[in-house]
Amino acid sequence: MTFDQIRIILTEKIGAEFVSGEDKGELQPQLNVHADSLRKVCSELLSNSDLYFDFLSSITAVDNGTSVNTFDLLYHLYSIPYNHSLVLKVTIPRGTDESLPSVDSICSVWQGANWQEREIYDMFGILFNDHPDLRRILLPEDWIGFPLRKDYQTQEFYHGIKVENPISN
Amino acid sequence: MNLSQAKTGSGGIVLTKLDDVVNWARLSSLWPMGFGIACCAIEMMGAYASGYDLDRFGVFPRPSPRQSDVMIVAGTVTFKMADRIRRLYEQMPEPRYVISMGSCSNCGGPYWEHGYHVVKGVDKIIPVDIYVPGCPPRPEALIGGFLKLQEKIRNEQNLSAPKAIQNLLNQKQASS
Repeated sequence: MTFDQIRIILTEKIGAEFVSGEDKGELQPQLNVHADSLRKVCSELLSNSDLYFDFLSSITAVDNGTSVNTFDLLYHLYSIPYNHSLVLKVTIPRGTDESLPSVDSICSVWQGANWQEREIYDMFGILFNDHPDLRRILLPEDWIGFPLRKDYQTQEFYHGIKVENPISN
Repeated sequence: MNLSQAKTGSGGIVLTKLDDVVNWARLSSLWPMGFGIACCAIEMMGAYASGYDLDRFGVFPRPSPRQSDVMIVAGTVTFKMADRIRRLYEQMPEPRYVISMGSCSNCGGPYWEHGYHVVKGVDKIIPVDIYVPGCPPRPEALIGGFLKLQEKIRNEQNLSAPKAIQNLLNQKQASS
């Protein structure tokens, strides 16, 4: 099934207002989705018998930098019986240090999202609403900052150990 | 020490210094703690296995720090692991030795410049006796490290009582 067919089936079923656009210039065409309609789109993509995206291949995030001031979240979906795939993109504002950005968790749709969303929280500081267990997954719990952000500054000491190497500035 | 030349020839009596006998016993059964933290551990396992057979030097991994004489830090030490390594080291009985295996635990290795999560050398956490270079070192290099450590123990003098716990208590007293 092609990208356009998938988009037509989806918008016929739940309405065109959930989809904010598409980007076909990339190697994998992307469907842009509003952040607040993400979970509805995902559950339709899974439950619709013509689409049946039963496998969440990966979730990644992109920091677009402080001048653009947004994060992109990319969801790579795959349907094992139909052998077709789809990329969803959600763009959210960067938020501030006091109030981290947030987006709906899709753990209720695909269980495999659990640890991937935890990793994105760990690296980018994006909160996932209704996530069952949102903790850091790789770094220690008392680590400061989110390393894959463009404006990340390493802390000077961790438990009394210097973090940066002593020679470089 | 040369045990064979110290024989008197009658009655099978061996004359030697106590230091030498204790050192010889210690260096002949260096039991490392059985743990590895990254790819260097694969080479360490290769050195334990039949191909290189570290057991012929009396080196045999133990499953508990309480039974271990030497800790091989085989791999990248992350800050999350640093606290655990320090604790495992403190759980080992004295005399205890540390072999830092590979570039990562020697100095941070490929994470020297840009690894925010890597301790830039395990010697920032615990004292290291032997550094084995390589990325990862071949099993021969690790065996070389053990031979160096044996040489170091062979020349140790002044047997003394364990002091680590007393030092820890003193530190705690000083800080409180």
